[in-house]
Amino acid sequence: MSEVHAETTRFVRTEMVAEQDPPITETGAVKWVRENLFSGWLNVLLTVLSLFIIYTILAALLPWFANSVWTAESLAGCREVLSEQGLSGHGGACFSVITERWNQLIFGFYPPELYWRPILAFVVFLLGIAPVLFQGMPRQALWGSMAAPFVVYWLIWGGSLWGPVLTAAGFGIGAAAFIVISRAAGNILGSLAALLLPVLFWMFLVSPLVSGLASVAPLEITKVESNDIGGFMLALIIGISGIILSLPLGILLALGRQSHLFIITKVSVAFIEIIRGVPLIVWLFTASLLLNYFLPPGTDFDLMLRVIIMVTLFASAYIAEVVRGGLAALPKGQYEAADALGLDYAKSMRLIILPQALKISIPGIVNTFIGLFKDTTLVVFIGLLDPIGLTNAIRATTEWNGIYWELFIFIGLMFFIFCYSMGRYSIYLEKKLQREHR
Amino acid sequence: MTDIATDREIDRSQMQVSDEVAIQISDMNKWFGAFHVLRDINLTVYRGERIVVCGPSGSGKSTLIRCINRLEEHQAGQIVVDGTELSNDLKNIDRIRSEVGMCFQHFNLFPHLTILENCTLAPLWVRKTPKKEAEEVAMHYLEKVKIPEQADKYPGQLSGGQQQRVAIARSLCMRPQIMLFDEPTSALDPEMIKEVLDTMIELAQEGMTMICVTHEMGFARQVANRVIFMDQGQIVEQNEPEEFFNNPQSDRTKLFLSQILGH
Repeated sequence: MSEVHAETTRFVRTEMVAEQDPPITETGAVKWVRENLFSGWLNVLLTVLSLFIIYTILAALLPWFANSVWTAESLAGCREVLSEQGLSGHGGACFSVITERWNQLIFGFYPPELYWRPILAFVVFLLGIAPVLFQGMPRQALWGSMAAPFVVYWLIWGGSLWGPVLTAAGFGIGAAAFIVISRAAGNILGSLAALLLPVLFWMFLVSPLVSGLASVAPLEITKVESNDIGGFMLALIIGISGIILSLPLGILLALGRQSHLFIITKVSVAFIEIIRGVPLIVWLFTASLLLNYFLPPGTDFDLMLRVIIMVTLFASAYIAEVVRGGLAALPKGQYEAADALGLDYAKSMRLIILPQALKISIPGIVNTFIGLFKDTTLVVFIGLLDPIGLTNAIRATTEWNGIYWELFIFIGLMFFIFCYSMGRYSIYLEKKLQREHR
Repeated sequence: MTDIATDREIDRSQMQVSDEVAIQISDMNKWFGAFHVLRDINLTVYRGERIVVCGPSGSGKSTLIRCINRLEEHQAGQIVVDGTELSNDLKNIDRIRSEVGMCFQHFNLFPHLTILENCTLAPLWVRKTPKKEAEEVAMHYLEKVKIPEQADKYPGQLSGGQQQRVAIARSLCMRPQIMLFDEPTSALDPEMIKEVLDTMIELAQEGMTMICVTHEMGFARQVANRVIFMDQGQIVEQNEPEEFFNNPQSDRTKLFLSQILGH
């Protein structure tokens, strides 16, 4: 109350005004609708127009979904069911193709009596990845995570257990070589030994050892060829292997590009630019066709393995650039403070620089992973039976000749579920790190 | 700018300078590309000395102390720290760095680690101290800089003055022989400057060898036993603080002091 007013009119409040509810137009749904849908004539117009468009689309799509047929043995059978209901051939979806060919879409031509093995492998994968993704688990569970890839490999491809065990032993040899030799002869020789010894072990010792041990104790389950693996199983194997392998490689490339050592910098830059500058499909053709010319005749180098390597290299070039962005975003003072405390390069990267740079890079890294996972559909062009490749195979049969939409909607939905989960995980991780660091 | 850093009594008798050499810089030169930043630097620092380096911006004072722990590389001459010459030998560099503490203008705490983790990181990974012991040492120094209650917070939750005190504690956890300060108060509000200077004074009274690049002339007057004035990459004048402020010799020093103390 202004001074003048107070002097001219005397006023004493005898009764306090009780709190009242705001008018209905200012609360809840009504307020929201007024503000967001009908705030002005342009907004009203746009709302009406949008509602009309949404209605048109749903009016066409919903009956198609609602009338869909889930049990028919062929496209003709499905059309029959529809016409019995008085609908045209396109009046309803024939999702029965998915129920009919479900196993094929998921497993490809994997032997049906062994379906339990990839399913179990998927469970092992989920158990192995959980402690890596979520921090609540006990740290010892990470040992299980390290063993998981070998178990998964053995379950999917089968053969003697000694193969994966000895391959894993190669990593153990590398780690042991690093610890022993770097203590005796310095870090550089130690790293070199850690790289060379396992490779030599894998190249020359593993196969005789496997056959030797297998003759003593076979421990063998039925072998499955890579050619028989297809469908979402194939997409997941390539996608997940690529994701897991490309992250460390990409980080190394990003660090290499920042290095003060001339040769390492140039090699990293050349690798990144060349891999990034050529379409993935070209690299896939290289993997499937050209590599055969370069490899010694008679080498049996699995096509799926070649594809995984190519996809990994391709994604790692992108990861490297994303991580480089994170590294560049860190203030120079962080590097200097780490140096000034006497941390050597490896420790300052591991403890100070990378945790911060990777946190900044999470959205970009996950974005690259999502891209990689969807790009696995490109392998159809080199003859692998991924889900898209299987649609061709399914259409080639007389029963399902001419079916497109239902298969592609299903495949799209499956990819969407995986990619959307990755996106949600990225947001969860960002929020968690944000909370912790603030 | 205040002339007096602290209102408390400073007992200079505790600050003993020994005749043991801590840092020996001889004929040191450094270039940034073609630019000659440091020219013929000769400086001997004895154990227990508190040296304040001042000078106009771009005079090379920060570069000089950054050469002492090899954040910058010198191209000619010699720097010997604690009897070890700074060369390209990485082992020597890491050893010297773990014995020379440094505080930066912008604190440079690690934002992804708690205050306690900031302090225990280097003892754990460089000195291989057991975790429990490292944490005890860290808490000891955090108490010394008067913020033990912040140990579990992250740097972003602290004020500038508190962050700088944590940075000092972090350096002290490595139990350094020598402390370098690169404009430790330049990024702080006036009331926070005092709390940081108090910490540094306490350190000086315990006999720490300190080289401090600062514009806090009150601190120089009260704590330093030697003030060095640099201009154009050279040491222009050095003297005891009383003499330096009351009776500067070179014209360049007189001009600088009149500008910095004039307002």
